[in-house]
Amino acid sequence: MSTTPETAAETGGHGDISVGVQGASGSGEATASATRITPGNALRPEDIALAVSRGTAKPSEDVAEFALRLGDDALVLAQRLGHWISRAPELEEDIALGNIALDQLGHARSFLSYAGGALGEDGTARSEDDLAYFRSEPEFRSVEIFELPNGDFAVTIARQFVVSYYQFELYSRLTQSTDATLAGIAAKAVKEVDYHRDHSAQWVLRLAQGTDESREKMIHGFKVIWPYVDELFRDDELTARLSEAGAAVEPSSLRANFDRLTGEVLAEAELEVPNVQPTPGGGRKGLHSEHLGYLLAEMQVLAREYPGASW
Amino acid sequence: MASQTLQSVPAEPSPVRHEQSPEDAARLDAEGQAYFDKVMAEDSRIEPRDWMPPAYRKTLLRQISQHAHSEIIGMQPEANWISRAPSLKRKAILMAKVQDEAGHGLYLYSAAETLGQPRDQMMQDLMDGKAKYSSIFNYPARTWADMGAIGWMVDGAAIANQVPLCRASFGPYGRAMVRVCKEESFHQRQGFEILLELSHGTPEQKQMAQDAVNRWYAPALMMFGPPDDDSPNSKQSMAWNIKRFSNDELRNRFVGMMMEQVKVLELTLPDKDIRFNEETKKWEHGPLDWDEFHEVLKGRGPCNAQRLERRREAHQNGAWVREAAAAYADKQRRKQAEKVSAA
Amino acid sequence: MTTEPQAGNVWPIWEVFVRSSRGLSHVHAGSLHAPDAAMALRNARDLYTRRNEGVSIWVVPAEAIASSDPDAKGSFFESPQGKDYRHATYYTKSEGVKHL
Repeated sequence: MSTTPETAAETGGHGDISVGVQGASGSGEATASATRITPGNALRPEDIALAVSRGTAKPSEDVAEFALRLGDDALVLAQRLGHWISRAPELEEDIALGNIALDQLGHARSFLSYAGGALGEDGTARSEDDLAYFRSEPEFRSVEIFELPNGDFAVTIARQFVVSYYQFELYSRLTQSTDATLAGIAAKAVKEVDYHRDHSAQWVLRLAQGTDESREKMIHGFKVIWPYVDELFRDDELTARLSEAGAAVEPSSLRANFDRLTGEVLAEAELEVPNVQPTPGGGRKGLHSEHLGYLLAEMQVLAREYPGASW
Repeated sequence: MASQTLQSVPAEPSPVRHEQSPEDAARLDAEGQAYFDKVMAEDSRIEPRDWMPPAYRKTLLRQISQHAHSEIIGMQPEANWISRAPSLKRKAILMAKVQDEAGHGLYLYSAAETLGQPRDQMMQDLMDGKAKYSSIFNYPARTWADMGAIGWMVDGAAIANQVPLCRASFGPYGRAMVRVCKEESFHQRQGFEILLELSHGTPEQKQMAQDAVNRWYAPALMMFGPPDDDSPNSKQSMAWNIKRFSNDELRNRFVGMMMEQVKVLELTLPDKDIRFNEETKKWEHGPLDWDEFHEVLKGRGPCNAQRLERRREAHQNGAWVREAAAAYADKQRRKQAEKVSAA
Repeated sequence: MTTEPQAGNVWPIWEVFVRSSRGLSHVHAGSLHAPDAAMALRNARDLYTRRNEGVSIWVVPAEAIASSDPDAKGSFFESPQGKDYRHATYYTKSEGVKHL
């Protein structure tokens, strides 16, 4: 834990705890402020959309299809996680899950904005919203694990644990992609999913080793989630071509690290990988779980009520 | 701001302090009162472990906890639209906003906790229906335009209320409000822009925006509290430098701001009686239905039951998680202690 | 520095200190509830640095902080008053001498 004060001198007085204002007269100078806020400087979905519309970023058809997969995974997950905000076990966790949902939504927007650069039968680019709101269920490319209902907190954590370790391996490798935009999106995303790994691992430990009840629920959570793990790591013709070209990687090549790293946490939590049969999946080809239709119906209802409207 | 305490919950009295005789206690109270009065006169700040009149503590606790409850319950009408936000950008904005409200509730509960009331007790009072929160959140968010109207009018009214509270005489409250106000600066703007976009959209969209403004206008004005002549606690709160302006003053100022802003939106306010009083140089609004206000306050609003039930459900569903984390922490501490004693 | 085990499902309070950028002190930002230090740090990151407010965080159990007695203002804080000789402004004869 790195909470030890570096210097004794610094702790000589907890003198200034003014959060940036002296009394209320509000000096608010930057030197003492713990509330100074800035937007920061990172690759945003808007930057990618702009690059696409200017033609400076144009994905190949294969890369676009791949970006669509990752974008749909992240979008569906963000939609699921968004439901927790105002329903989490404690206020602090409302905020934590909100941050994760926002990260995922950001990744989704970046990937979809990029994917839109190659699609469109009329030859024009499609926006993130065209793709999110005006595709039908079979046109989505998400895999089943993201589509599963949230379940209780343990099920949500089990899914977070699996998908964040998967996404971390994937994005780490994609930072080396020959496709500069994919590499750029991955470079931003990998730091965020690294934190998601930590968040879920912390909770796996606590739920598995907290109370008897929580342990039971954690074990159940993994049992619910694990049949859908294999699908994440399945190769197909697209990933073979992209891997060949150096633009992406074969999902199967991520499995060893995933197994090792999740295995370490599971071992610490004294949990075992559940003995369950994998599902055939099919989301990459547009064959989805029964859950996705409801999720899309809710997500798309308003946008579709007013086609062409601006919001 | 000398002897500022960091501690959120007042510590036990110092052990070197000897048993107090009644005379000592009376003397300390008198000294405390004198110091408190001096702080008020100098418009300085009271900090958690300072002596304060019991009524001051009680008033603050009530106000800050109600404020916190309002943030937490206020998440619900907007969270209701996260899943249906009509664009991904709006979805991100709305998520961030509702998340901020959880944060603001947290800052405020923390400020209230410095007065010695634990957060779980405040939460319990809320769930038991013993605590009040801003009545406006008992109205339903029926359409997407409500996200705009809530941001523009409800957050607008909240900000008008909160900016003076940054100077509240109780340090932790003022500091919490500074943070809240900084973060909320985007809340009102995003709401305004939702309405702007709608009012420049299709006729149906514009109608949706106007309808939302019509529904939220009166409840937003009532957020400032009852009229001054019907607000018995206001005077005392102002004497204590908690409140800086009266309910009506803030309300009238807010009406003036909205009158300008609604023109940019090319919408109208549902109030034919709004006028600028040349004599008082103040904006005035038409009559408000205070009977309805009191009805909703008493729990007979459209969503009171739903809002509380949703909060109870989240709290109950989370109990086993909170227990698990507490039990885990306990086990870890024991393990650590065993290690230390074995070494 | 241990935090007493909590009864049931109530998490203890932690005080959060944020360093807004390198070279500056950690400043008290607020408090929160967390079951333990590891979660307190993460909750602090999620709550108090959502807008790039910090590059480093400390969390301290609220009950581990000792604080001066607010009733002892006189004996604790008035002694330095009147000791002008601790301040450069006390030394008037050297005023105007360069680099002093």
